[in-house]
Amino acid sequence: MKMTYREAIRQAMHEALAADPRVFLMGEDVGKYGGTYACSKGFLEEFGPERIRDTPLSELGFVGAGIGAALGGLRPIVEVMTVNFSLLALDQIVNTAAALRHMSGGQFSVPLVLRMATGAGRQLAAQHSHSLENWYAHIPGIKVLAPATIADARGMLGPALADPDPVVIFEHAQLYNLECELPGDWQCDIASAALRRAGTDISLITYGGSLPKALAAADQLAAESINVEVIDLRVLRPLDTATIAASLRKTHKAVVVDEGWKSGSLAAEVMARILEDCFFDLDAPVARVCSEEVPIPYAKHMEEAALPQVPKIVAAVKQVLGK
Amino acid sequence: MTVPYAKDFAQKLLFDMLRIRRMEEKCAELYGEQKIRGFLHLYIGEEACAVGALHALAAEDNIVATYREHGHALVRGVSMNAIMAEMFGKSAGCSSGRGGSMHLFDAATRFFGGNAIVGGGLPLAAGFALADKLQGKQRVTACFFGEGAMAEGAFHESMNLAALWQLPVLFCCENNLYAMGTALARSEAQTDLCAKAGSYGVPTLKADGMDIVAVHEAMKLAARHVRDGLGPFFLELQTYRFRAHSMFDPELYRDKAEVEEWKTRGPLHTFSARLKAEGKLTEEEFLALDAQANAEVQASVDFAEAAPWEPVEDLLKDVHTP
Ligand SMILES: Cc1ncc(C[n+]2csc(CCOP(=O)(O)OP(=O)(O)O)c2C)c(N)n1
Repeated sequence: MKMTYREAIRQAMHEALAADPRVFLMGEDVGKYGGTYACSKGFLEEFGPERIRDTPLSELGFVGAGIGAALGGLRPIVEVMTVNFSLLALDQIVNTAAALRHMSGGQFSVPLVLRMATGAGRQLAAQHSHSLENWYAHIPGIKVLAPATIADARGMLGPALADPDPVVIFEHAQLYNLECELPGDWQCDIASAALRRAGTDISLITYGGSLPKALAAADQLAAESINVEVIDLRVLRPLDTATIAASLRKTHKAVVVDEGWKSGSLAAEVMARILEDCFFDLDAPVARVCSEEVPIPYAKHMEEAALPQVPKIVAAVKQVLGK
Repeated sequence: MTVPYAKDFAQKLLFDMLRIRRMEEKCAELYGEQKIRGFLHLYIGEEACAVGALHALAAEDNIVATYREHGHALVRGVSMNAIMAEMFGKSAGCSSGRGGSMHLFDAATRFFGGNAIVGGGLPLAAGFALADKLQGKQRVTACFFGEGAMAEGAFHESMNLAALWQLPVLFCCENNLYAMGTALARSEAQTDLCAKAGSYGVPTLKADGMDIVAVHEAMKLAARHVRDGLGPFFLELQTYRFRAHSMFDPELYRDKAEVEEWKTRGPLHTFSARLKAEGKLTEEEFLALDAQANAEVQASVDFAEAAPWEPVEDLLKDVHTP
């Protein structure tokens, strides 16, 4: 069945709400408005205002309330409109949700799912275009997911809700309109990276909104007889280092693609893991394509120049291959 | 009540509302043509607020606004050319094309944005006021925000700081009843916004935001209070946005009839009718003002179209101060 990424998210939430009375959804404009990205359209009518809760503009408050509700026996899905606004709730996520299990000596788990849109590409400028996945991936105590395919959009929420600890799900805003066939085997884990395209010459390692760009670059390079392997990290914390290492042992070269800014990026972490685990497998220095170190500008040509793009990925691959 | 202003000033107020209206109608059109991209939050219906309020302020005052700030920027004195070029993403724009619709800035008119984080401007405004107080300047910092922002912690923290330190800041809430799709009563336990603000011991006032005279008089009073060193002030302007929240909003959350009802109170036609009834405006004068506004809009579009694109090599400019 063909469906959009948006519809896949919607179906996953619908299934969870229908299956488990402890599950409820809250966030800004999830109800009457139908969700900023229309992921909860029709839910208010179907599940009622007790379980589809429109919140005031109070990110710290309702994310914290989600943590409390999770401790109190419910299974909240809390939607923060975008990662940009999640900064207002960062204290509750980092200082409470992520730390509670450990600082209570293992007495309390926080089964919270936090969903948020991320990423640039729509000319929304510096306050609406952040890719801060890596800030979250830095924090012990939470799991961080980045569904980049229709199947993952459909499949990741179930295991996230079943997880006893907080899980943050990043939905790249550019992916919502992505449409393709939902495979029959969309069920998935939230532990492993995925091989999206097998290849032998070089590994392109990426996640989220950059996956379609990496795949497009691989297509383009195939036309020049360069055989690219594409790894989708999927789970940004904990990182599946084994899948990355297995790929490197095959290709011996890698380029990491990450929409985050280069300094202190997830790409930097992946490169460090490669150096730790695969140094002697490498035939060339590892390269990366990240966002330029500038707040995302409004003008279209400037925004495009600031972000990873297919030609930049192609160029980086060729450079590593010495072509 | 008769309009308590001489003909010239009354017509000036009307003209500024017309300029905003015509500029934004054009922006909506240009959005359809993809000349303007990103988010575009129109102020149509709310013009009396910015025009009435900003005409009560002085050139040395500070203005802090939100992403729905085209009107505020224009009335404050940012040229329509610079605003339109910004919307086009050209370097001739008031934020060099880096900010777009939500981030209009202009140092010359002390227009400090253009903040797209709801509630983000309030602490900043308190800080401006602190700087003025410590430096003994008799300046007002006017901070505009929607009622949705009053649910944020930033609102409470800023009100408390401003009241505690008796800062010269004028909090101006444009209550258009909806924060995106969320109606006031569905997001605030206390829907009397003045009662909420007043709990910090800050004097408050409500005014009809569809009536430019009411807005202007209220703002004069509020600004006087702040300028006289009597501490912060909270002004609620009761208004309504006629258009969708942004260009992406399907408007599932409100009745068409409600919108139509509010449109009967539209600030432009009600004020021009009043002026005509009082002999302060003829139909010919109205048409001339409208034509002048439209000409300014067309000139700004021509300017923006003709302006060059910033070279991509300059991408990393203005991240740090050289
Ligand atoms: C902290 C934060 N949360 C959410 C948003 C998304 N958002 C943008 S405008 C808006 C509604 C704000 O309503 P209000 O403050 O009443 O102002 P209005 O848009 O009605 O002028 C929302 C939810 C945001 N920009 N910032």
